[in-house]
Amino acid sequence: MPEISRDEVAHLADLARIDLDDAELDRLAPQLQVILESVASIQGLAGDDVPPTSHPFPITNVFREDKVEPCLTPEEALAGAPAVEQQRFVVPRILGDEQ
Amino acid sequence: MTDLTRKTAAELADLLAAGEITSVQLTQAHLDRIAAVDGGDRGVHAFLHVDADGALAAARESDERRAAGQPRHPLDGVPVAVKDVLTTRGLPTTCGSRILAGWLPPYDATVVAKLKAAGLPILGKTNMDEFAMGSSTEHSAYGPTRNPWDLDRIPGGSGGGSAAAVAAFEAPLAIGTDTGGSIRQPGAVTGTVGVKPTYGSVSRYGLVALANSLDQAGPVTRTVLDAALLHELIGGHDPKDSTSVTDPVTGLADAARQGASGDLTGLKVGVVAELAGEGWQDGVMTRFREAVDLLVKLGAEVVEVSCPTFVHAMAAYYLILPAEASSNLAKFDAMRYGLRVSPEGVAAPSAEEVMKATRDAGFGDEVKRRIILGTYALSSGYYDAYYGQAQKIRTLIIRDFQKAYESADVLISPTAPTTAFRLGEKLDDPLAMYLNDLATIPANLAGVPGISVPAGLAEEDGLPVGLQILAPALADDRLYRVGAAAEAVLTERWGGPLLSKAPTLEATL
Repeated sequence: MPEISRDEVAHLADLARIDLDDAELDRLAPQLQVILESVASIQGLAGDDVPPTSHPFPITNVFREDKVEPCLTPEEALAGAPAVEQQRFVVPRILGDEQ
Repeated sequence: MTDLTRKTAAELADLLAAGEITSVQLTQAHLDRIAAVDGGDRGVHAFLHVDADGALAAARESDERRAAGQPRHPLDGVPVAVKDVLTTRGLPTTCGSRILAGWLPPYDATVVAKLKAAGLPILGKTNMDEFAMGSSTEHSAYGPTRNPWDLDRIPGGSGGGSAAAVAAFEAPLAIGTDTGGSIRQPGAVTGTVGVKPTYGSVSRYGLVALANSLDQAGPVTRTVLDAALLHELIGGHDPKDSTSVTDPVTGLADAARQGASGDLTGLKVGVVAELAGEGWQDGVMTRFREAVDLLVKLGAEVVEVSCPTFVHAMAAYYLILPAEASSNLAKFDAMRYGLRVSPEGVAAPSAEEVMKATRDAGFGDEVKRRIILGTYALSSGYYDAYYGQAQKIRTLIIRDFQKAYESADVLISPTAPTTAFRLGEKLDDPLAMYLNDLATIPANLAGVPGISVPAGLAEEDGLPVGLQILAPALADDRLYRVGAAAEAVLTERWGGPLLSKAPTLEATL
């Protein structure tokens, strides 16, 4: 039976950029364990002879003509931004003190 | 004057065409109904945002076109509600999440653009489980929607808002989206009609993605014909969606009208053996067996089909969906739009710290569970055992469908294993919640279309039961033929539409 520990949930949350506190880890970890036990039932069911399906129908990528088409103005694209300066998105610092 | 909110969209289109009513009257009648029953502690709460000004302005323009003899579409002037997962330019779009509170999209989804181009006033945006993750609409960050049949019960999910809006006569038409049953299951538990079209036949452009390979927008209505009319309007190829199919979406309303004659001679109906048994409510199965008998009386030949891999569909779905969702929701990073929260007690936090604090504050428990599960399933070391295996199960489910359609034109089952449960009943048990979509998930994995039509009320609780009809890919017309036939005969048997038996909601404010 697969196991997902509280530490592993904390690690996965870190990878997924979600800051879970202790109470959330206590609540979510056992729930995830139950879900994982349920979905693990498909392990080993289909052999190497079964190809995987990523998409309901076989499709190939679609390209369009390489020409300019109408798109959002800078003002429209920035309208929902938390912070804007000089027609750009303002983001918090991306480097640490030591970098 | 008769109550316009009780009429079908097709009837309203006729009244508008005959000049007996105006779109302004019609739109105002629905806004009045929303004002009466949607708000307050005991309101239906189908809507997250009502756009009275915008809807009335669109209605006035529609009336001007009618007056000039230039309606754009038979449904020009008939109002519609839109699930809050489709972008609407300048109108709030939250996906039921705190992380998008107050977001005003700068563009319209293709489905929304088509509604506007045809002249349908948009009444507002309907409530949903956060990012369409759920079967009860209780995972909405803005509070649950209530089932008009019993205000203490769930309206299904994730599209409980759209289903409740049409069931409570707050809108004649609504748009839903269906990733694992989010149109059909709410349809079943609210006594309404819901259709998941063939994957790719309705554009996903502007549909905030939950799981790209499963998501599909479709009609939510009170009658099969109304669903067909709306389906034809929103369907069709869209160059902005790379998974859009090029086949035209036509002949659906004709199929519904033909089906309503009640003759199903020559049709082969397959009953899926795996979608019954333990966990299926007695009252649901009773109504389902009656529906099967009814189809036989109408001339259909019923055969039992086996789809052995369907029992693994839920497990495969809850690996594929979280995997795709964890990737899709990575874009909510507090940088370009949506919520931005700084961690407490950190001077000059980094972008990564802001991202983590924002996603913790902005996402609810179900979204966090699925993102973490998806991250797990895609991790190296687990990928083959989980995600890879789920993709193979998907292949086997598609083969099950192919084999079943060799001996049947359509497949049928109950839409959901139970009737509407009580609010709060399954909120702390994710797995119990997931089981609601047992019968609807296989269609999404295979991309085939499905409809839920009312099958009657369960004896033990007096709540609606849904009949699900599934057809092969691009044979959506069969849903309408069979659905309309069942609807016509059942409505006659009941002495009127099933919804006429629902409680008349009193003003809640």
